[in-house]
Amino acid sequence: MSKVLIHTIAKFLLLMLGVSVVTFVLVSLSPIDPVQANVGQAAYLNMSEAKRAQLAEYWGSGLPLWERYGNWFGDLLHGDMGVSLRYNAPVAEVIATRALNSLALMGCAWVISGVLGFVLGTLAGLWQNSLFDKLAKGYCFVLASVPTFWLGLIILMVFAVYLGWFPVGFSVPLGMSSADVGLADALHHMVLPALTLSVVGIANIALHTREKTVDVLESDYIRFARARGLSRSKALLHHGIRNIALPALTLQFASIAEIFGGSVLVEEVFSYPGLGQAAVTAGLGGDVALLAGIALVSAALVFAGNMCANVMYGIIDVRMGGDRR
Amino acid sequence: MTDLNSLPHSDVHTEAEFHHHHMHAQNSQHKHGAHLLQVEHLSIAFEMYDETKPYFQAQQRMVDVIHDVNIAVHAGEIVAVVGASGSGKSLLADAILGIYEPNAQVSGTIWFDGEEQNAQSLAQLRGKGISLVPQGVASLDPLMRVGKQVEGFGFPRHKRAERKAGRQELFARYDLDESVARMYPHQLSGGMARRVLLCCALMDNPRLIVADEPTPGLDLQLAERALDDFREFAQEGGGVMLITHDIELALRVADRVAVFYEGSVVEETSVAAFASPDLLEHDFSRALWHALPEHDFRSKRQDNA
Repeated sequence: MSKVLIHTIAKFLLLMLGVSVVTFVLVSLSPIDPVQANVGQAAYLNMSEAKRAQLAEYWGSGLPLWERYGNWFGDLLHGDMGVSLRYNAPVAEVIATRALNSLALMGCAWVISGVLGFVLGTLAGLWQNSLFDKLAKGYCFVLASVPTFWLGLIILMVFAVYLGWFPVGFSVPLGMSSADVGLADALHHMVLPALTLSVVGIANIALHTREKTVDVLESDYIRFARARGLSRSKALLHHGIRNIALPALTLQFASIAEIFGGSVLVEEVFSYPGLGQAAVTAGLGGDVALLAGIALVSAALVFAGNMCANVMYGIIDVRMGGDRR
Repeated sequence: MTDLNSLPHSDVHTEAEFHHHHMHAQNSQHKHGAHLLQVEHLSIAFEMYDETKPYFQAQQRMVDVIHDVNIAVHAGEIVAVVGASGSGKSLLADAILGIYEPNAQVSGTIWFDGEEQNAQSLAQLRGKGISLVPQGVASLDPLMRVGKQVEGFGFPRHKRAERKAGRQELFARYDLDESVARMYPHQLSGGMARRVLLCCALMDNPRLIVADEPTPGLDLQLAERALDDFREFAQEGGGVMLITHDIELALRVADRVAVFYEGSVVEETSVAAFASPDLLEHDFSRALWHALPEHDFRSKRQDNA
C-alpha cells in the first residue's frame, strides 16, 4: 500500500514539473511581447526607451527562459506561486477567487452530465431500437460533433437574447456591489454556461453507457436472472446497474479534463470570470506566472480525478480488490 | 377409469411403447394424466439481413434455427437432449423458458402439466415451476455476493427471511459452507459454482429443471456428482431436461435420449435403445453410437465406404 502511495506521489510531482516546464517553454516561444500586449500598441509607440526597458524588466521579458523558470520554481518551493502581473495580485489569490466560480460551474456540469448521461444511456440500452433509443442516439451523435463554443453562442442567442430569461454574461449582475449579490443571482448567471457544458458532456457518457447496457443485457447472468423470473428491467436494476456503472465512473472521472477544456471556451463565450477565462487572458498577455499556476491547478485536478476513478474501481469491482472478505 | 396420478408409467404405457412421437423408459410417469412437459412442432426462425448481399441492398429473410421439434419430459425422469454444439439446443431451453429474442418467430405448442402455454404463461412459469440450471459461473452476477444471488430478488419483506432459511438449508444439503454465501462468484471453485447454480434452481421448488450444459469444465468425478444430484431430484418426482453435447454422460444418467441434429429432434428413445445400433432409427443416432469409445469409433463416412 505504501509503495503505491509513494509511486502516486512521485508521479504527481513529475507531472507538476513537466507541466510547469512545458508552460514556460511555450510562453517563451510565443511571439507575444508582454510589454506591448499589456500597455497597448499606441502607448508603446509613444513610450520612451527608458520606460520600455523598465517595463521589460517588470515583465521579465529580457531574462533568459531558464533563469525565469529557476526564479519561479525557487519561489514555488517556498509556497509562493508568484505575482500575476496582469491582475497585479498574487497568483494564488487570483486562482482562489476564480477557481470558486469555475469549480461551481464545472461541478454542476459534471454532475448533471454524468447523471443524465447515465440515465439516458441505460434507458436507451434497455429499450434498444425503440423510438426513445433512436432519439437519444441522434441527440448524442449531433452533440458529440457540435463545437462547444458554437453551442454556447446558440444557447446565448436563444435564452439570453431572444427569450431574455437569463443574463448575457458574467457571474454577477452588473453594477451591483459584491456584498448585495445573493446565491440566487450567482445561480441565475451560472445556468447558461453550466447548461452548455452539461449538454455537451452528456453525449459521451450516454453513448458509452448505452453500449455497455446492451452488452450486459445479453450477458449470461441477465439471461439467468430472467430465467429465474425477473423481468428484463428488474434484472437490469438488480444485476446490471453496478456492472454498467463501472465503465461509466471511469469515463466520468477521466472526463474532468474535457470539462476543463470545455470550460475555457464556455467561460470566454459567456464572459464568465473563471479559471478558463483567466488562462486565456494570461496566455494572451504573456503572464507566465498566472498561466503556470492555472496549468498546475488544472493538471492537479485532472490527476485527482483519474486517481479517484482508480480507487473507486477497486472498491466497486470486487474482482480487483483481492480477498477482502 | 383408473387414477393415473399414482401409477408408474408401465401401468399406462408398456415400456418402449411409442406414443406422442417418443418411446418410454422405466421411470417415465404420467402424473396427473399428462406429460410434465410436452413440446410439439416447435419451430424457431430469426429475421436476419441477407449477409451475402451488400449493406444497402440486403433484404430481411427468415433463418430457420429450430425446425419441428417434438420432445416430452415425464415426471420422475431425466431426458437428455444430445447434439453437437451450435445445433440450436440452447434455443430450445430459451423457448421452454419463454425467453425470446425480439426478432424470433416461434411456432408450435408447449404443454406444461397438461396445460397449453403461450409466451406469457411460460414467462410466468419461470422460477415458479420451471427452473434453469445454467452452464457455469458466468451466469452469476460478478459483483454480487453468492448468497444474495441464490436467495433472489423481488420478494416481500416477510418472505426474505424464509428465502434465507431455505438457502441455508440447501447449502447445508449440498455441502456448501455458510462462508460461501459471502463469497463473490470469482472466488468459487468449479464444483462450488455448480452446486451454487443448482441451489439457485432448487430455491424455487421447481417441478421441471432445464439444465443447459451443466457439466463442461468439471472433471469426471464432479460431473458424476452433478448428475447424481439431478437423479435425486427426478426420484423425488421432478422432471429434468438435460441439454448436453456429451453422449456418454447422457447415456450414463438419463432415462431417455432425444437426439438433436441440425435444429431438429431426429429420434427420442430410451437409453436402452443405445445398446445396439439396430434399435436406433436415425443415421445420426447410429453415428453417435459408433462414436462411443467402447464401440468401434467408426465415423459415418467409413460406414459408407
